[in-house]
Amino acid sequence: MPTTNDRLLLIKNGRLLDPASKTDARHDILLHGPRVVRVGPDLASSDAEVFDATDMIVAPGFIDLHCHLREPGQEMSETIETGTRSAARGGFTAVCCMPNTQPVNDNASLTRSIVDRGAATGAVRVWPIGAASIGSKGEALAEIAAMKDAGIVAVSDDGKPVATARLMRQVMDYCNSLDLPVIDHCEDPSLFAGGVMREGPRSIRLGLKGIPAESESICAGRDVELAILTRSRLHIAHMSTTGALEYVRHAKKLGMRVTCEVTPHHFTLCDEDVRYDTNYKMNPPLASRADRAALIAGLADGTVDAIATDHAPHHPASKDVEFDRAPFGIIGFETALALTLGELVHTGKISLPRLVELFTTGPARVLGIERKIAVGATADITIFSPDLAWTYRASESPSKSRNTPFNGRTFRGAPVATIVAGQIVYRRELTAIAK
Amino acid sequence: MLQRLEHLLGIEDLTREQISFILDQAKPFQEFQRHPLKKLATLRGKTVALAFFENSTRTRISFATAAARLGADTMNLQAESSSLKKGESLLDTVRTLEAMRPDGIVIRHSSSGAPEFVADRLGVPIVNAGDGTHEHPTQALLDALTIRDRKGQLEGWNLTILGDVLHSRVARSNIHLLSKFGVRITLCGPAMWVPRELETLAPDVRRVTRIEEALDGADVIIALRVQTERLHDPALAAEEYILRYQLTPQRLKLARPGALVLHPGPMIRGLEIDDAVADGPQSCVLEQVTNGLAIRMALLYHLVGGAAVEPPPAKVPDKAQ
Repeated sequence: MPTTNDRLLLIKNGRLLDPASKTDARHDILLHGPRVVRVGPDLASSDAEVFDATDMIVAPGFIDLHCHLREPGQEMSETIETGTRSAARGGFTAVCCMPNTQPVNDNASLTRSIVDRGAATGAVRVWPIGAASIGSKGEALAEIAAMKDAGIVAVSDDGKPVATARLMRQVMDYCNSLDLPVIDHCEDPSLFAGGVMREGPRSIRLGLKGIPAESESICAGRDVELAILTRSRLHIAHMSTTGALEYVRHAKKLGMRVTCEVTPHHFTLCDEDVRYDTNYKMNPPLASRADRAALIAGLADGTVDAIATDHAPHHPASKDVEFDRAPFGIIGFETALALTLGELVHTGKISLPRLVELFTTGPARVLGIERKIAVGATADITIFSPDLAWTYRASESPSKSRNTPFNGRTFRGAPVATIVAGQIVYRRELTAIAK
Repeated sequence: MLQRLEHLLGIEDLTREQISFILDQAKPFQEFQRHPLKKLATLRGKTVALAFFENSTRTRISFATAAARLGADTMNLQAESSSLKKGESLLDTVRTLEAMRPDGIVIRHSSSGAPEFVADRLGVPIVNAGDGTHEHPTQALLDALTIRDRKGQLEGWNLTILGDVLHSRVARSNIHLLSKFGVRITLCGPAMWVPRELETLAPDVRRVTRIEEALDGADVIIALRVQTERLHDPALAAEEYILRYQLTPQRLKLARPGALVLHPGPMIRGLEIDDAVADGPQSCVLEQVTNGLAIRMALLYHLVGGAAVEPPPAKVPDKAQ
């Protein structure tokens, strides 16, 4: 995290997309230190450094609701420093890191150390998520109130579901009183049963153990029922099935505070793409073609609240093994925006303003915070080009891991600058721009 | 022009021509098995590594014998004695093997896709001797050779596969192979072992739950091993399987007269197959074993010998007079 500064930065000639104020206009933005001080057409300031955002979109800072920074415990795969530098390259100004570190983030002192490490070494804001149960073991409630005071923004036993309906009900009731959202990784362990990809024709052909879609939807159904019962805030992580989406839709119709996120890999790939390449192994697994279409429809119609990366670094040796022995997960910060542009915006499935919502006000609403570009607001800003042509090379990433199925992919659209508290923490070299 | 095989990883990606070529190549090696002196010098000086990461007796002995009869030396790696037990990765293990300069590696592994994983990372011909629940290509080839010998051709038959098809790599390889020759395939077994997605493996694959219906009109029957030692969770009582799916003489009568009965072994008499069927005139189980040697010799000759796509060596003796 950058320290406070005093300088003036003028972002000129960009197209400002601010979902909170429904602004879509050619506006300039003047930043003074960590704050936005002026927003409007044709601003001028003789003292300010000028950032020329011609042909670019200027948006509130992107928030990633779901990532794994691996610190403490698995620093071979990632650290807060390397992970957040990768996040900055992806246009994210804040990332929510899941508690499945070693040890699990289930107490205030660990939360505090993550917050401190984030402030000391992070390129962007680090917002920890605390475990719902001690050790995420699904037995006793973690010290959630103390973790809230230390800085958690949500609770989750991510990597697995909150173990039982009874515990989930207690977690929801308790978190409701603390005004924290509960994020659940929906999975029925008995149906999951050691599977490694989505059950279907492809899993049968490859001889890989399948995980039925119902593993997710049954657990999502449980959670939605309990959210209705407890009237609490439920957020379903990395949703991948039509069934789970329908439960969320149902809850929203009832006016419940139920939200969900979808990852770029789940709307880009499907189970038919799976090969004996562990970069196609993630949890939840890549969905069927029909489920992918349903997720895209949900992203378009507003049922899905946010795009989250589920950035899950694993050091190369741990992924370079037999498919069924590899850990689940892929890295995702640096490809998230480009995949969303390529798969959803350039194909006409969603608009650019909707994209911005899915990365900004959408996740902010899940966390119960504001996200806007307005006078007085914190100067967390993401500037991106919707058209810049580039090729993703994982070897160039600051992340310690390389586990991605998108290495070598050519994209249209990329982050150009990431601004946190008025400081440019990432700026793309534009020598290779191709319009 | 026939495309030369670099590896044998599975049947799915082979063409009908490549399969016919391998079967034709096996012909002289079949005859060779009857010769009193079973040793060729074709692969003298070559080394075949047998990397069996999953227990196997029959397939390992078959490959070892095939290599020996071609004059090759073998290196043996077995799961129990290997450093895998000590936590070494598959990649490090096979790289160590490769550093001993074998001319080919035969690999069996409990993980689907492991032979492909190895083939992608090493510069040595790889033969898949069975991977997880994916493929067992040499088994399908020896089955095809057996069917072709007995029935004169592969094309046009009705094949029935009985048992736990879901977890069977033998079934998958056979489905891929025989469907390329226009064989109509019927799968039959307890419903949880025969999921509907199996019908998408190849054209002309159907599922039937009643064995009587599955056997009606069958020209060839493959009874799969009911693998009680693994994969069945929850287990099905053996009595249940016997009651509904055991291949008995009475049930065999429903098939076409002279229908062939194949079994990949090891066979559990009294479970998936009745004694009288296993030992009856329609049973091909011992021919399958002998044909396995011929197929594996042909493959090693082709892949390890680095031979061009041409007839097998003149040294193979003519059929014993």
